[in-house]
Amino acid sequence: MNYHWNWGVFLKQTPDGSATFLQWLISGLGWTVAVALSGWVMALVLGSVLGVMRTVPNKWLAGFAAAYVEVFRNIPLLVQLFTWFYVVPELLPWGLGEKLKTMDPTFNAYLTSFLCLGWFTAARLCEQVRAGIDSLPKGQKMAGTALGLTLPQTYRYVLLPMAFRIIIPPLGSEFMNIFKNSAVALTIGLLELTAQSRQISEYTANTFEAFIAATILYICITLTAVSIMRWLENRYRVPGYIGGGGR
Amino acid sequence: MSYDFDWSSIPGAIPFLIQGMGLTLTLLVLAMTGGIIFGTLLALMRLSSMVWLSSLAGAYVNLFRSIPLVLVIFWFYFLVPFMLKAMTGDQTITVGPFYSALIAFMIFEAAYYCEIIRAGIQSIPRGQVSAAYALGMTYGQAMRYVILPQAFRNMIPLLLTQSIILFQDTSLVYVISLADFLGVASKVGQRDGRLVEMYLFAAVVYLVISYSASWLVMRLQKRFAI
Repeated sequence: MNYHWNWGVFLKQTPDGSATFLQWLISGLGWTVAVALSGWVMALVLGSVLGVMRTVPNKWLAGFAAAYVEVFRNIPLLVQLFTWFYVVPELLPWGLGEKLKTMDPTFNAYLTSFLCLGWFTAARLCEQVRAGIDSLPKGQKMAGTALGLTLPQTYRYVLLPMAFRIIIPPLGSEFMNIFKNSAVALTIGLLELTAQSRQISEYTANTFEAFIAATILYICITLTAVSIMRWLENRYRVPGYIGGGGR
Repeated sequence: MSYDFDWSSIPGAIPFLIQGMGLTLTLLVLAMTGGIIFGTLLALMRLSSMVWLSSLAGAYVNLFRSIPLVLVIFWFYFLVPFMLKAMTGDQTITVGPFYSALIAFMIFEAAYYCEIIRAGIQSIPRGQVSAAYALGMTYGQAMRYVILPQAFRNMIPLLLTQSIILFQDTSLVYVISLADFLGVASKVGQRDGRLVEMYLFAAVVYLVISYSASWLVMRLQKRFAI
């Protein structure tokens, strides 16, 4: 093996001289976290709304949410990203598409990937919220309405607080997934972590160092996400329910 | 809505698209087979009573479940030719991106299949293992004739669902410019300046295939349910 290891490569200046390769890596990490976190917030809101829609006694709302889930679960993420990036701007009315195409390319790529991840992850969260609500005994809903609560009140005060506490573990693995999924954003030119490590490898030929650094950073992200979710799980575990605690 | 749709470039591209789908499906079947075989070995390692073996397999699974598939594809795109050159000493040797992608998918998916198979094996009552040993079977025989056949029957729906995800994930070979279904659609779209139509068409094709496959898996699950 004639590979020249050189971990000092990260301290070298980049070709344009404005930064070190380490700074490139850190900015990549920043974009990965930014896309994933903003996508997560959007997915959480949208996924909860859709999950509730799937369980309400209205076949139009439930049908709409079910169709949404099938569409967003059965098209590959990359194809969805290309659709948001290449197709949607062409179809937007009132010159909105033009505005998207002429805006700062980095911000455009960020906006597109964050929206794409948000819609995509919402479909997955919808199923988990629905499973959480369905796992509650039927009596909970009846008891809520029997007490004179309206249906929205029953959801707000009885069903959702319980459902969310039950689904924290599967939400946690989805939270990890959104960080990993954010890597596809490199295909539309967002310089997130994977893209930066590739760029470093191309400029310096120190591929091993660049990829190992990216791998370690992804592992750190996952470990952080896991510990946050484990903390939430312990804190909000419903007394008397199995689960939580050990592995 | 000022966009004028023009679907005329799709009929002429059908032969290329079918070729692309052929590559996608070849990749899927080979990666699935390799992933399940390797995943079974990993699952047996994880359940082994030898601590170093089970923690090695555990570390493997956790590593590959923490990093994005795109990064894994890039890793192997770089590693496979590198290792081959180092092993053979022949500096001129080349490997097509197809083989490096295939190895990447096998290695990556094995981690996910491993977790499904481990759960499947663990769902078999302990008494079955004891009974097999009591009959005088060795470990290998007990696994081969008693445990694995029952475990696989239980986990077929989950393995197939994971394979539908794998089918969708194969589109990521776009990043190393392989001409899979999405790669062909994108090349034709760029050639004709019809990216909008080609991507919409690709989305519909993926949707129809994955949706019908998951519908079939659901039917199968109902029939196989014990």
